[in-house]
Amino acid sequence: MKVKMLSRNPDNYVRETKLDLQRVPRNYDPTLHPFEVPREYIRALNATKLERVFAKPFLASLDGHRDGVNCLAKHPKSLATVLSGACDGEVKIWNLTNRKCIRTIQAHEGFVRGICTRFCGTSFFTVGDDKTVKQWKMDGPSYGEVEEPLHTILGKTVYTGIDHHWKDPAFATCGQQVDIWDEQRTNPICSMTWGFDSINSVKFNPIETFILGSCASDRNIVLYDMRQATPLKKVILDMRTNTICWNPMEAFIFTAANEDYNLYTFDMRALDTPVKVHMDHVSAVLDVDYCPTGKEFVSASFDKSIRIFPVNKSRSREVYHTKRMQHVICVRWTADSKYIMCGSDEMNIRLWKANASEKLGVLASRERAAQDYNQKLKEKFQHHPQIKRIARHRHLPKSIYSQIQEQRIMREARRRKELNRRKHSKPGSVPVVEERKKHVVAVVK
Amino acid sequence: METVPRPGKGVPLKKDKLQAKRKKPRRYWEEETAPTAAGASPGPPRKKKKNLELRRQKLKNAHNSKKSWSSKKSQVTKKSREQRRPREQKNLREQKKPGSQQSLSGAQDPFPGPAPVPVQKARKFCRIDKSKKLPHSLPKTQSKLEVAEALEEEISIKAARSELLLAEEPGFLEGDDGEDTAKIRQADIVEAVDIASAAKHFDLNLRQFGPYRLDYSRTGRHMTFAGRRGHVAALDWVTKKLMCEINVMEAVRDIRFLHSEALLAVAQNRWLHIYDNQGIELHCVRRCDRVTRLEFLPFHFLLTTASETGFLTYLDVSVGKIVAALNARAGRLNVMAQNPYNAVIHLGHSNGTVSLWSPSVQEPLAKILCHRGGVQAVAVDSTGTYMATSGLDHQLKVFDLRGTYQPLSARTLPLGAGHLAFSQRGLLAAGMGDVVNIWTGQGKATLPALERPYLTHRLAGPVHGLQFCPFEDVLGVGHSGGITSMLVPGAAEPNFDGLESNPYRSRKQRQEWEVKALLEKVPAELICLNPRALAEVDVISLEQRKKERMERLGYDPEAKAPFQPKPKRKGRSSTGSMVKRKKKVLEQEHRDKVRQSLEEQQKQQKQQKAKPTGVQPSALDRFVR
Repeated sequence: MKVKMLSRNPDNYVRETKLDLQRVPRNYDPTLHPFEVPREYIRALNATKLERVFAKPFLASLDGHRDGVNCLAKHPKSLATVLSGACDGEVKIWNLTNRKCIRTIQAHEGFVRGICTRFCGTSFFTVGDDKTVKQWKMDGPSYGEVEEPLHTILGKTVYTGIDHHWKDPAFATCGQQVDIWDEQRTNPICSMTWGFDSINSVKFNPIETFILGSCASDRNIVLYDMRQATPLKKVILDMRTNTICWNPMEAFIFTAANEDYNLYTFDMRALDTPVKVHMDHVSAVLDVDYCPTGKEFVSASFDKSIRIFPVNKSRSREVYHTKRMQHVICVRWTADSKYIMCGSDEMNIRLWKANASEKLGVLASRERAAQDYNQKLKEKFQHHPQIKRIARHRHLPKSIYSQIQEQRIMREARRRKELNRRKHSKPGSVPVVEERKKHVVAVVK
Repeated sequence: METVPRPGKGVPLKKDKLQAKRKKPRRYWEEETAPTAAGASPGPPRKKKKNLELRRQKLKNAHNSKKSWSSKKSQVTKKSREQRRPREQKNLREQKKPGSQQSLSGAQDPFPGPAPVPVQKARKFCRIDKSKKLPHSLPKTQSKLEVAEALEEEISIKAARSELLLAEEPGFLEGDDGEDTAKIRQADIVEAVDIASAAKHFDLNLRQFGPYRLDYSRTGRHMTFAGRRGHVAALDWVTKKLMCEINVMEAVRDIRFLHSEALLAVAQNRWLHIYDNQGIELHCVRRCDRVTRLEFLPFHFLLTTASETGFLTYLDVSVGKIVAALNARAGRLNVMAQNPYNAVIHLGHSNGTVSLWSPSVQEPLAKILCHRGGVQAVAVDSTGTYMATSGLDHQLKVFDLRGTYQPLSARTLPLGAGHLAFSQRGLLAAGMGDVVNIWTGQGKATLPALERPYLTHRLAGPVHGLQFCPFEDVLGVGHSGGITSMLVPGAAEPNFDGLESNPYRSRKQRQEWEVKALLEKVPAELICLNPRALAEVDVISLEQRKKERMERLGYDPEAKAPFQPKPKRKGRSSTGSMVKRKKKVLEQEHRDKVRQSLEEQQKQQKQQKAKPTGVQPSALDRFVR
């Protein structure tokens, strides 16, 4: 007879001293871990609930401006530095770490229309309603020195926007026309126009650095190549585009913030249909900025909220609002992709977390592991109705909520009408038009 | 990938190997040509060259065979629908640089790469059913599904590899040549094993308080038992430390531990009572009256009671609410078992059926006719594959629970089994009168072979309760003479998981586990026959939603656009030719559709023909409408 009984030595399973960690032997045999799926589902549900519990995105409000904040700019080298221009011509430089203003300049008379930093981070440019372009040093004046710009260019017309080239000492302004300037000269290298209308904003492409895009009040978006004297092509939309932003990861993709409450992501090579129509705002979209990863962008709207959209989704994943935040005029995503700043009408700059429930600060390794696990679970079960409902739920101010309802009714009525028209006319005579194709009027080359 | 030498080349290779053995081994400082130049075997140079070639091939083969795990794994991947590209590339890279395994000193790693994983082991951890086809979906979703599948497979291989780290081996009992293990007495086993194991065999002589029911806690560390005449006790049976001993002064029908050893539920004559491990009565649940059997579903925190009145009641012990009270409509219920795989409750009835219950459904999920007489005992094994039943017709049957509910094996017992229990490794114990028989199968969780028992034991009185102890090779038997703890080598899972149920856990660990377990309490609504159903695609509601959307929109948004011929170069495409091309494609599509529908029709007709016509056609059939 041969016999062996299961006999464990407790020393192998119990810690030796109280200072040791407890021993936890593992066995991944599925019969020892029954109900794997239901338990994971419950964990995912709990994780989703916790995510909503911890969603406290608002970090700080930077106050100090004496008029509405009209433009924001990031520092290219320092994560903590932010520049802002207000409607009373004041420019402030902020330190985000201690949330204080470190410098104030009375830059212009009237609005500061645009502000941009030089790629090296040593100086910045502002344009204002007083028809000037000014270049300022990033560092403050030393003791006894007077605060004054490095250069001032006096123009003939009002400039409405400015952007700096990402590599070369050149910048572009817009107004009656798009001007490309060399930093050393007081006259533009070239001026480009297409039609006769005022241009709202101009943006350089961060990858194909010679390409730039502008949007004008005659409802079009025009693309230029700096190396040639004439514009490349333009697309005419239903309504005016307020500003555009290039995707920092994909050279030919840009997103346009439109007055018709939508955002349009275009492929530069095929402008006749936007890649995606992003709809969720209930008022004109005023500004848009990409996350440095190029996967998401944030938009600021006249409806007193900012929204975060994934690039490939037509609905926003997040909406931020507070009781006191008025019409948001400008918004920027910080270079570390963790925070969002927005400047609004009521003179404040607000700092938000890009990921509402993210825990700031250093995480312990176990904490990180738990977070990663929860993230994976949420991803795995995201399509389950209960989890989807909790993850998608957002509280909205009544004004936005009722407007959404109203617009839903309007959209439904339009759709019903079209359906009826199609039903009662000759087959094929009322074609089904994609949502994407509805908003583009024409492409001109 | 070439891995195994072809059989034709095997013989010369062997010969060559022998020759190489006779040769002096080459040192790394010697030149490679030296042994061939000084080769003992004279012959024409051409042959020598061939020899060298063979040697090289052999080296390559040896190298490959050492990495046979990779070839095995490639077999695994071949079976999968999608070949995992990165791994293959890695293999290719390894093949390209065979020298990369060599260290500076020239020594080769005898076990290069990660440890080999047998396919059989990996299959145990595999969660996906390869035989099922992926649902038809968009290409993007399809690729996502494929990636997820590949990941699952990799995980299963990793989990299988981690089995190497398991510390303990299962026990066994083998007779000498021709010796029947059933003849081996407990005393022999106790004599043969070590002191610690021998101490696990004990008898409690409690003749006074009548037949005993017993239960082990989930960790296998604690035991509680209750005599018919009101004697209730709980103890740490390993150290034999008594936790409490009381007499409830009432008839006790059944006893169960709740999720931990701190709480026990006792089915008393009138009501259900809950005591803590000090013997203090915490609750008296009057909604559950005249309870005959208790079961506890540990992951759902549900205490299930079967009563004399024919009700099956689910009590959520975490919040103290009754989740469901189902009327089985089958008279007195006194046979109950839970399926540990899917938490479905099996009830045995006096008409010979076993019904399967879930709290979310008022009707039984399934009814299985098992015996001619009433059902006496039911037990389900830990993988949820087999159900053993015994009935008044003296039959013991093992049923397949994987959808077919067919008996796999059956045998008649002289007395019929009154109590049944499955162990963690799939041993089946049956209590027949005052005898306990145990049957075993081949390996873990296999069908127990009912021809010859593995062990038998005679007790001091008729058996009244049977329970295998988790994680210990012990079978607890309650009988009219008290409690017997039997040694059954090979009954229990040798390696526990410290995060699930740890027999050696400290108080702090237990408290933490309790909080975690409560946080992930599975709601009672999720109990169904397939516990993985939640992870599967709900095709029916998906299609329903699609249909509703189509109705709402007035067109199919996912429909393929009708073919529109592209205009060819200047002047080459007249309107006529465009129309012709369009027509051609349309007709082709139409033809395909017709062909498909015809094929389907034919298939249906064949099936109809194949159907047997059951009874003889009668003349009265013409009146059947």
